[in-house]
Amino acid sequence: MKKKLDHDEVREVALLARLELCDKEVEEFATQLSSILGYIEKLDELDTDDVEPLAHSLPINNVFREDIPHECLSRDKALGNAPDADDEFFMVPKILDDNSNG
Amino acid sequence: MANVKYKTLVGLEIHVQLKTKTKMFCSCPTGFGGEPNTRVCPVCLGMPGVLPVMNKKAYEFSVLAGLALNCSISRFTKWDRKSYYYPDLPKNYQISQYDLPMSEHGYIEIPIDGGETKKIRILRAHLEEDAGKNSHTAGNYSQVDLNRAGTPLLEIVTEPDLSNGSEVRSLAQQLQRIVRYLGVSEADMQKGHMRFEPNINIVGEIDGKEFKTAIAEIKNLNSFRALERSVDYETKRQLEEYLETRKGMGQVPKTTRGWDADREITVHQRSKEAANDYRYFPDPDLVPVVLDDAWFEQIKSNMVELPLAKERKFVSEYGLSDYDAGVLTSERTMAEYFEDAIKAGGDAKRVCNFLTQTGLKLANEAGKSFVEFGVEAEKLAKLSKMVSDGDINASAATSLISKMVENNEDPMVLAEKFNLLQKSDTGELEAIVDQVFADNPQAVDDARPGSKKEKKSKGFLMGQVMQKTKGQANPKIVSSILAKKLSE
Repeated sequence: MKKKLDHDEVREVALLARLELCDKEVEEFATQLSSILGYIEKLDELDTDDVEPLAHSLPINNVFREDIPHECLSRDKALGNAPDADDEFFMVPKILDDNSNG
Repeated sequence: MANVKYKTLVGLEIHVQLKTKTKMFCSCPTGFGGEPNTRVCPVCLGMPGVLPVMNKKAYEFSVLAGLALNCSISRFTKWDRKSYYYPDLPKNYQISQYDLPMSEHGYIEIPIDGGETKKIRILRAHLEEDAGKNSHTAGNYSQVDLNRAGTPLLEIVTEPDLSNGSEVRSLAQQLQRIVRYLGVSEADMQKGHMRFEPNINIVGEIDGKEFKTAIAEIKNLNSFRALERSVDYETKRQLEEYLETRKGMGQVPKTTRGWDADREITVHQRSKEAANDYRYFPDPDLVPVVLDDAWFEQIKSNMVELPLAKERKFVSEYGLSDYDAGVLTSERTMAEYFEDAIKAGGDAKRVCNFLTQTGLKLANEAGKSFVEFGVEAEKLAKLSKMVSDGDINASAATSLISKMVENNEDPMVLAEKFNLLQKSDTGELEAIVDQVFADNPQAVDDARPGSKKEKKSKGFLMGQVMQKTKGQANPKIVSSILAKKLSE
């Protein structure tokens, strides 16, 4: 089995998922994640050299719709579940580092 | 002073918004403007439990564009999730194509000096969905409008084959013409239909020692001018910075810079210390796309003659100047209108002049394209023949174009109505010449061949004939009658 995930790796994953963990949780998840990874590693025992990677689990392709507009949600409904909104927009904490479009 | 040799390497990441009526994975209408957050539904808002469904038209548009960019088109593609957190991305991932893009390994040709073209390689072109829009005007908050979220985008990535701002601009203009010819995008830069992000660095030698600067990516470019200037500015800036710090690629990180259009400089936005971890993985909500022969052929049948090929044909076959050919091929409708007029018997250079001079002026005044006036190409061809046959002169043709634009009448009918036909009836003109000769015996003597005042007096007699015919005599015919009678 692979060595246990270290604390920095757990903190990195937490950051990617935007989770704030305390030290105790970091330790706890290091153990849990390592055991999950260990379980998954079992699959490495299979010889997959001659197996095509699977793009999708269903044997279906080409599910399309025609390019015809349908009615949208009303703005009230669209904004209804947002934690914060004004009359027109979703409101979020001020964005400092503009990283739009990747 | 150090001995410096260098060249600039520019690669582009381009996003082209496809001209579909609806979004990529839901049936919300696309389109510029619209009240904020009124073109949204549970799918593009990223609500739990919803399923995206592919827009067939968007897929077909991107295949057509891929073909026009000389790419090899994949017969099998799938969709992947690109994860990142940002308020304009409601699902916290963007649906894109990662390891199996719908097209790759193509090129786009750009004209360079001397009628030559340069091939800029395209690494890949794939389909993805756009994000929404953030605005930062409301105090401690940012406002998010998700109307644009889910709009189909074709992302095109070029190899770093461009070497200066003018080539970058040229590529942008060629691409704009291509996607407009294909009808797959409106490609208006101001409206964000086409967004270019150049990646720039320079490589070279200082006193025989090689150097490379760190790559900078430039954002916020919304005009051809900004694109060209930013690349040239950034080249100069990187060279100066390197000469001062002697720190290049590997020693300083990649950066993102924004274009400040007012000051015409690039401004540091952020450093990219580590590559983003997008955690791509296949989207389980979407099944793969298989492009079979029948469907592929059907898409291919929508291919049109591409603008650069048309432009070259206009020069080689019709003898137009590079400039005129460029003007006429800037819009597909105009290029086709021109060709229709030639097929209907119009003279290429004459029709070209009609369109690029008077026609363009009238179109600009009316704020539309000349084609939109609705004057049939056959009528313009007829006008061209009337000039060639000597029925009217060039200035009459100019005023007839304005009248045709107004009421779309036949040019011959209009010429008669407004008395613009030239008199070409030899018998009638001979009688007038005889009358002028009788009235001006001295001038006739002076105009005889060999006389000192020959040229001047001949001009005088010609003037008299024109006066008598109110300027409607065909000058070529009058001139030959004069020559004949004076040598009798």
